[in-house]
Parts: sequence; structure tokens; C-alpha cells
Amino acid sequence: MRERARTALGVAPAALLAACQREERRFRELPAATAREGLVRQSSLQPGPPTPLPQVKVYDGNAYAIAEGQQLYQWFNCVGCHAHGGGAIGPPLMDETWIYGSAPQNIYDSIVEGRPNGMPSFRGKIPDYKVWQLVAYVRSLSGLTPSPATPPRADAMSSGPPPNLQHPRAKPQEVTHLP
Amino acid sequence: MSAALPRLLPFWGLLAAVHQSALAPAGPQAARIGDLWWLMFWVCTAVYALVVLALLAAVTRRREAAGIAPVVHPPAAGERRLGRWVGGATAVSAVILLGLLVASVSTGSALESLARPNSVSIDLVGYQWWWQVQYSDPMPSRRVVTANEIHIPVGQPVRLRVTSRDVIHSFWVPALHGKKDLIPGRTNDLWLRADRPGVFRGQCAEFCGWQHAHMALLVIAETPQQFAAWLDAQRQTAKPPADPLAIKGQQVFDTGPCALCHTIAGTQAVGSAGPDLTHLASRRTLAAGILDPQSLKPGNRMPAISLGADDLQALLAYLETLR
Repeated sequence: MRERARTALGVAPAALLAACQREERRFRELPAATAREGLVRQSSLQPGPPTPLPQVKVYDGNAYAIAEGQQLYQWFNCVGCHAHGGGAIGPPLMDETWIYGSAPQNIYDSIVEGRPNGMPSFRGKIPDYKVWQLVAYVRSLSGLTPSPATPPRADAMSSGPPPNLQHPRAKPQEVTHLP
Repeated sequence: MSAALPRLLPFWGLLAAVHQSALAPAGPQAARIGDLWWLMFWVCTAVYALVVLALLAAVTRRREAAGIAPVVHPPAAGERRLGRWVGGATAVSAVILLGLLVASVSTGSALESLARPNSVSIDLVGYQWWWQVQYSDPMPSRRVVTANEIHIPVGQPVRLRVTSRDVIHSFWVPALHGKKDLIPGRTNDLWLRADRPGVFRGQCAEFCGWQHAHMALLVIAETPQQFAAWLDAQRQTAKPPADPLAIKGQQVFDTGPCALCHTIAGTQAVGSAGPDLTHLASRRTLAAGILDPQSLKPGNRMPAISLGADDLQALLAYLETLR
């Protein structure tokens, strides 16, 4: 019991800190974030001196990024093939099956590079930080983003539970495809 | 009477210069609204002056100096007389308020009296934070889409069908009409007429988010001939550029991120998330920038686009050909 209380005391400040960031609206991205051209690293191994990995957590746990991603998902016609996550011509995005991996880098790759059998490449069409916002939204469809950051209400009509309560079972099955 | 006061106001010249004032009406509805405003202004001023005068008289009247003893037991006749005064004043107030109510209701019904068949019909759609303006026509190829500028012919009633695609906005051009809300999923009708040529500024009048204060538009009233010429020019698709720099600019536009959201009629760019840019260079205002749009209007929907200096110059050269 005391152990549990101690854990709660340890977790509460962390949750509060996360809650502060979830509402942060970053209108202006760092120039580096907008300028980078679809270079996705799948591994921490690399030649030469180390360079930092992209801060995908910034987008994944941020309510504004997920909401922006939701709007881009409509604007760029992701809906046309993937529907509102249920899938149509394209595979569904709200289940726990990921053909090419569910890690942010994998989804970024799918959007920027395209995938066989119909997924077009959006390289050079969408500014880099907007792709990361889309990635955050796509991950929120299957409950992979932290629920405090996920919006409680979707823009489109939906018969399912609220997005922030969706698919908690998908979390432990997160898969990363590394080459 | 109502024309004399405006000239006395020192800031009147400024208001008249930007043409955004309900006190300088340019159309019949704005004139009715203006008349109602002046009626209420003068009636309320008169009532206020009378009340203040009565109050001052009561405050400054000194019984002791006039040698009148304090009244402890007022005579019944005097009380009745005062009661009649209060009752009379209440009745006068009721009559005045009823008169203002009648004036208000009749103004409201007069605003709807412009409806005519076969007049110019414009669809106005509000977005965060810009206005899409579409001139409807039975022939799809003759429809015109533009942004943030409404051209109307002088002296003809114009029908505006207003709606919104995201949140509630409100269309308000004080020189021409009162406010009308743009509500998502619902179309509201508005009739207006400009009786003199001019440029009238309007604004969103319903708080709609970060850049609500910068969500403005211009109504440009022209002679019917000028209006017809403008509409014909807007119906043309964009001319293919001749200059090599502009040709490169069009390639940048079509193959880069621009075409995903913007339309240029006559090219492959058919995005619908942002304003139509077919005749961009003929418009007087821009809704955002390209390289760092968030510096001028933080929160607007235009993402920062990173382009090389050569590509950017070419793109600007191309956009300037879109007259």
C-alpha cells in the first residue's frame, strides 16, 4: 500500500509536467524541423559523429499537433483511401495490425517514401513538421498516443468510443520494423 | 440634425477614409440602421439630459436657505401630486420605449425588402481566417472563386449566401449592412445594395480564434460595366507564363507543397484547403506569407514552406503573373 502511494507520488509530478506540454501550441517550428527533407533514421547506428534523433515525442504527446494532424488528414485526402481510420482501398489505421511498423519513424517513412501497392510518396509535398503532426494523429487512431493528449472528440462522425479511450489493448503490441 | 454632428467629430475624417463606419451608410439597409441609431441616440440623449437636470435641481434646492421648515408629516394632497408626476413619467417612458420598439421592428423588416429574382448571387464561406467568395452561375465554367474581396455592382441588390466550414464567423460591413452570422452546416441569406461606388471594409464580428482580429475583407462597389468587366476577367483561367523564370516558378508551384492546398484554374493545382490563387496578383490583400507565415498571423493554417532562394524567386515571379 505504501509502495503504491510512493509510486503515485512519483508519477503525479511527471503527469503534471506532461499535462503542461500537451496543450502547448508551437506555431513556428525550428528552421531545422521545416528544412529537413525526409531523412528518417531507423537505427541509432550511423557513420561519422552522432547527430540527434528528431524530437518525435514533442508531436506525439501534444494535443495541438494531434488536432492539426486530424485536419491535415482531411485536407490531404488520407480519408480517400484509409477512411477515418477504418480503411477502404487502403489498410485500416485504427487496428493493431501494422504492415510497416507503428513507431513514429515508420509512419513518417510510409508517408514520405510511399509504400508498395498504392501508397503514394508525399516527399516534398508536405513540410516536415506537418508530416510529424500527421504521424501523431495516425498514431492516436489506434490509441498509441498518450490519452491526455488525444482529443476526446473526433471531427468526423464516429460510432465508436471517444478517441482518447480507444484501443488501450494496442499499446503493448507496438512494433518497430528495423532493417 | 443627424448630418450636423458627424462634421463636428474630430475623428470623422479618419473614419470616412477607411470606409468602415455604420455612421457613413452607403446602402439602403445601412441607412435604415443609421437612422435607427440616430433616433435612439437623440431620444436617449434627451431623456438623459432631462433626468440629470431633474437630479441637479433636487440636489441644489436648499430648504433652509429659503426658510422652509423640514416636512415631517407631508400633506396627503402634495403626496398625490408627486405620485401623479412619477406615474406620468413612467407612462412617458413606456410610450418612448414602445416607440423605439416599433422603430426597431420596422427597421428589421425593411432590411429584408430588397429580395429580387435574377440578381447577382454570391456564396461567402468563412474559414479560419479568410473568406472564400464564389459567384454562382448555372454554367460551372462561368463560376468565379476568389478570396477576401467582394466586387458588387452599384445600385443593384446583391444576394449573399453565407456559411462556414469550421467555426462560427460573422460578416459585418458596417457601411452596407448589419451583422450576419456564418454558421457551419447552415446557410444564411443577406441582401445588400451599394448606392455609391467605393471600397468598404468589413470584419469578422464573431470571435473565431487566434486571428479573429485580422479576418477582414473588402467590398468593392463598382459601376455595372466595371463589375461585368471584372467578372469576365476573373472567369479566365490563369495564362501560362512566358518568362523562363515564371515557368520555373510554375513548376515549383505544381510539384511542391503549394498545389496540395491551393487552386490555380487552368493548371494542375486543384487543392481546396487554402484560398484560390488564380488571380492572386489582382487582389489587394494577402491572407498569409510563404516562408514564415506564422510571424505575421500566428496560428494561421498556412505552414512554413522551406524553399531555396532560386525556387522562391521563381515562385514569386510566377505568382506575380497571376493577374
